[in-house]
Amino acid sequence: MFEEKQAAAGQSTAPGKVVGIDLGTTNSLVAFMQGDTPVVIPGDDGSNLVPSVVAVPVAQAGKAVRDTIVVGHAARTSLLSFPERAIYSVKRLMGRGVEDVTEELKLFPFKLAADIQPGEVLRILLGGTEYTPPEISAHILRQLKRNAERYFGSPVTQAVITVPAYFNDAQRQATKDAGRMAGLEVLRLVNEPTAAALAYGLDRKKEGIVAVYDLGGGTFDISILKLHDGIFEVIATNGDTHLGGDDIDNLLIVVAIEDIKGDDGIDLRIAAGAHAETIQALRKAVIDAKIQLSSAESAAIDIALPGGKRYQRTITREQYEQLIAPVIARTVEPCKSALRDAGIKPEQIDEVVMVGGSTRIPKVRALVDELFALTPRGKHPHIELNPDEVVALGAAVQANILGGGSAATEDMLLLDVTPLSLGIEALGGVVAKIIQRNSTIPASATEHFTTGVDGQTNVAIHVLQGERELAKDCRSLARFDLKGIPPMTAGLPRIEVKFLIDANGLLHVSATEQRSGKAAEIEVKPTYGLTDEQVESMILESFDFAEQDFAERQLIEAKNDANTILDAVAKAHDHAAWQQLTASERDAIAQAQRHLASILEGGDLDAIRAGTASLDKATTRFAEIMMDSAVTSAIGGQTMNEASESLGQAPNAPHPFAPADFK
Amino acid sequence: MTTEQKLEYPVLTSDYFAVFGLPRKLSIDVAALEKQFYKLSRKLHPDLNAQAGPEAQAEILAQSSQLNDAYRVLKNPVTRVEYLLEITGFRINENNADKKTDAPRVPADLLEEVFELNMQLEEMRANNKMGEDDPQLRADLERARTQFTDQLAAVDHDLEQTGKAWDSALDQADDVGKKAIAKDLAALLDRRGYLRNLVRDVNETLEKP
Repeated sequence: MFEEKQAAAGQSTAPGKVVGIDLGTTNSLVAFMQGDTPVVIPGDDGSNLVPSVVAVPVAQAGKAVRDTIVVGHAARTSLLSFPERAIYSVKRLMGRGVEDVTEELKLFPFKLAADIQPGEVLRILLGGTEYTPPEISAHILRQLKRNAERYFGSPVTQAVITVPAYFNDAQRQATKDAGRMAGLEVLRLVNEPTAAALAYGLDRKKEGIVAVYDLGGGTFDISILKLHDGIFEVIATNGDTHLGGDDIDNLLIVVAIEDIKGDDGIDLRIAAGAHAETIQALRKAVIDAKIQLSSAESAAIDIALPGGKRYQRTITREQYEQLIAPVIARTVEPCKSALRDAGIKPEQIDEVVMVGGSTRIPKVRALVDELFALTPRGKHPHIELNPDEVVALGAAVQANILGGGSAATEDMLLLDVTPLSLGIEALGGVVAKIIQRNSTIPASATEHFTTGVDGQTNVAIHVLQGERELAKDCRSLARFDLKGIPPMTAGLPRIEVKFLIDANGLLHVSATEQRSGKAAEIEVKPTYGLTDEQVESMILESFDFAEQDFAERQLIEAKNDANTILDAVAKAHDHAAWQQLTASERDAIAQAQRHLASILEGGDLDAIRAGTASLDKATTRFAEIMMDSAVTSAIGGQTMNEASESLGQAPNAPHPFAPADFK
Repeated sequence: MTTEQKLEYPVLTSDYFAVFGLPRKLSIDVAALEKQFYKLSRKLHPDLNAQAGPEAQAEILAQSSQLNDAYRVLKNPVTRVEYLLEITGFRINENNADKKTDAPRVPADLLEEVFELNMQLEEMRANNKMGEDDPQLRADLERARTQFTDQLAAVDHDLEQTGKAWDSALDQADDVGKKAIAKDLAALLDRRGYLRNLVRDVNETLEKP
């Protein structure tokens, strides 16, 4: 704690710190570079992980004018009691259309707005209000932003956010939009496996070929990198943006539901009735069992069923591994494709890095070991860094590089690739690929278009992403309408269109009519995205709250600090050390104490902070005397705030231990 | 990198060879090319210029995307030839937007073999659909696969040799020779494209469960 305080105080003098954020399916984290080391910033509950859950608790009578939104552990707790008022795994819905998610929504308790058309941005009903997935994600990001601001004691406005490497343009854009809504300038979207490689690459100046196997809560990525002289060059990436721990949970839930239906005749399926609470209890129970089964040979599931009966089962490791085998086997093909694209044999992989909570499953580790022939070569997958934190740590490294770099990151440079081929729809609904997958980004391509009819002034371009031959099988990104082409004979205009994928993996399009030299006007219709205006309106709302929230929070925290030290001073009179103070020292303490107490309710943030600081200063010598002399020499210069711990009452420390997970 | 520091950008050029300061030759030392790519990336990558102003960033983005495009095209010996023929005007760049789906013409010397292969592929696909397996047919196709893969390797070898001829013609400013070589190169590219599709089709058909 002592060290953290020092660090926090030191950092507050450097405004504009860029943080790294892992916006995960299950948990989210924020980290920054503290000197040469990336560290995760804990929340006010002391936990490094902020569960990616957003809830609108039931409004208290006469209190809430607007919905109060809670995020993280608090939201996860309310998921159990009011499942319909909480949203989790929203990452799976980012940049998706209603036709993509119908199947999986059967197992999630979310309700979508009834009038969503295919191709529209989803809207989720939560506590009577509709939210788009980026808005939900923005709430998670704002919580992380607040945690960082609280830690630094200064506003945070710039961030690097990680995304699955296999995210398409729409999913990336949705993530960037969420950042904007949360009041964050997103300096870069970094691919999660690449970020993990950065975190691992920091303390080991490795050379060679590295594979990063990232199986998280909802997504799977495999990336193959070439490490050379500080350059992290991604040579191939592949994955599945709908494959992760969630799928294992859902599988176990389905098995239990079938079981319960057969044995007890109760149909828990959401469609069949309002058993959302039981489903959530079951979900929690299977997740607990899943976690246990990574180390234990069996786990028990025990939940209350509607009508007073209980569902009690024991699941053995063997049964569990058989059940999940098909799920984890789905990671094999993407790995093989990535190896093929990289032109590399499994035996040529020097290191394999494991990322994501699901890589704790022994069966997953065994699969990776076999896939890359590790054991026969005397190698093991890397699990040294916490698989839940490694992506955030890598994001902090990248944030540091973008912020101008430091000694630790001096020679580091990340060269990433676009995961999917970019194409345009040509005659007959065929896709003409213009930028191949696994091209290093930024990447560009130039195409020429012309008109087919005399006097035609518009040309439409349909841009897609994916590997399939036909447009209907690829992901539609956007339709561009080139306007204002000077009327000419058909085939005469020559419109040069430049497609550019930037370092975030996001597409930019610009066009010029070459005969007139005029920049053509482009109207973009994103297929699954929000328009700029929509994002803008969502930003304004959240900004008002963000400012207000930050001010309120700072005041509450200042008051808490003041109360902590006041409590400690009140108790100090009973301590033997008090007798050793001179009369004038006691007087100074009493004066500072009275002053702080008098202004505490005034709500003047600066005054309260100053009052706390002067009381802390006045008690410095008391704190020193109070400590054992040996301890005094070791800790030196400790003040009341730190010493109060030894008074038998813990201070309101900024980062206490994490609460036990909800039981 | 601070904003005041002046960056020296290579002049934005439409020629990928010039990006690396190379002549328009087909023999390229790929290891040296990679080294140069890394060196230029350290100068031009957007990550290392994130604190620059918006205008400088737009410029950086244009430069670094061109650097990446150039490296991607030049490190691969086949795309390198395609690109050279395109910028020297010896082979017209078929615009993707108007590209038809019809396959490249069958090289005359392969006509007979390809005809037979297509019959076998049809038969194999039909067998696959019915879940049947004809060991003789499979063996024939395996043999065809080896044969066409070898021919593909031979084309790659020819491309390399013809590329060397191009380079010396360039050195001697032999414009007539260059024209003839470019024609050979274009023919080799067509043949290669055709063979590659054949090998791909055979692979797909054989590997289907």
